[in-house]
Amino acid sequence: MAADGDPADEQWVDDHAGPVVRPYAVTRGRARPVAGSFDLISLVTATRTNAVEEAGLGPEHVAIVALTQRMQSVAEVAARLDLPVGTVRVLLGDLVARDLVRVQEPREPAGVNDESIYEAVINGLRAL
Amino acid sequence: MDYGRSERPAGARVLPTALKVLVAGGFGAGKTTLVGAVSESRPLRTEEVLTETGIGVDDLSGVERKSTTTVAMDFGRITISDDLVLYVFGTPGQDRFWFLWDELAVGALGAVVLADTRRLADCFPSIDYFEGRGTPFVVAVNCFEGARRFGLDEVRTALDLDPEVPLLLCDARQRESSRNVLITLLEHAMKTRNSRRRAVGGR
Repeated sequence: MAADGDPADEQWVDDHAGPVVRPYAVTRGRARPVAGSFDLISLVTATRTNAVEEAGLGPEHVAIVALTQRMQSVAEVAARLDLPVGTVRVLLGDLVARDLVRVQEPREPAGVNDESIYEAVINGLRAL
Repeated sequence: MDYGRSERPAGARVLPTALKVLVAGGFGAGKTTLVGAVSESRPLRTEEVLTETGIGVDDLSGVERKSTTTVAMDFGRITISDDLVLYVFGTPGQDRFWFLWDELAVGALGAVVLADTRRLADCFPSIDYFEGRGTPFVVAVNCFEGARRFGLDEVRTALDLDPEVPLLLCDARQRESSRNVLITLLEHAMKTRNSRRRAVGGR
């Protein structure tokens, strides 16, 4: 697959691409983020109150920074901006590279093997 | 030196933790209804656009002429505390998207398999999947109006469930009922984790 970088290389699309044009246009044709892997439940928090002044960012980048003033998962960012998850991962990679968001990857399954976390969730559910 | 009660420097926060559980079951079994019943807001929907390069070795019969396809997943959020969030993901219904299930199942604490007694066989693939992966799961029989009430013993036999897998009735439309399903799952997952630990410890 055509990788990151060269914006002049727009020949990534074929006749069947159809409705995927817009999401990939948002990422300028890039299918992979420049940094990070971004699990669906990785938590994203903006490091600045806004990114409007930043050069070279698209409106979707700016929207992510605005949205993540409150901590959100990658899945939530995708759902609330109505963009495919793969697209959001690319945009988040750009923002991480510029230090505009902080991403907390979920703990390894081994790390979740902490009984107190199960108990906290069970108690939290009971309190709902 | 006296830093007070906490070893943490002032202003430092506990790292936030996100956890997830899955809700699986046949088409129309009530997955999105249950997700919505327990979530703090209406269920959200994410879409994964799959391209040819993203498609693995799974059975994709029926879509082989398409170069892209879109899979939707509904999910909800339950904020347990400032630094602990539980996400509840409905699994994509189509059996041909197993490879997306794999992505979802990694790191999941456990899964709810929703069963509809009018179409019990529809949840067999989900049960097989979580058994095969070793993901702790419970089976919740969604009590649809008009569906004949089967005894849980009958359902357990029909599903050929292991005796230790919790089986319970629920009404996926009801918040409290759906919440109880998640509590049963978390308790079962914790127990499973503890017994596996003991097994690893050689006792």
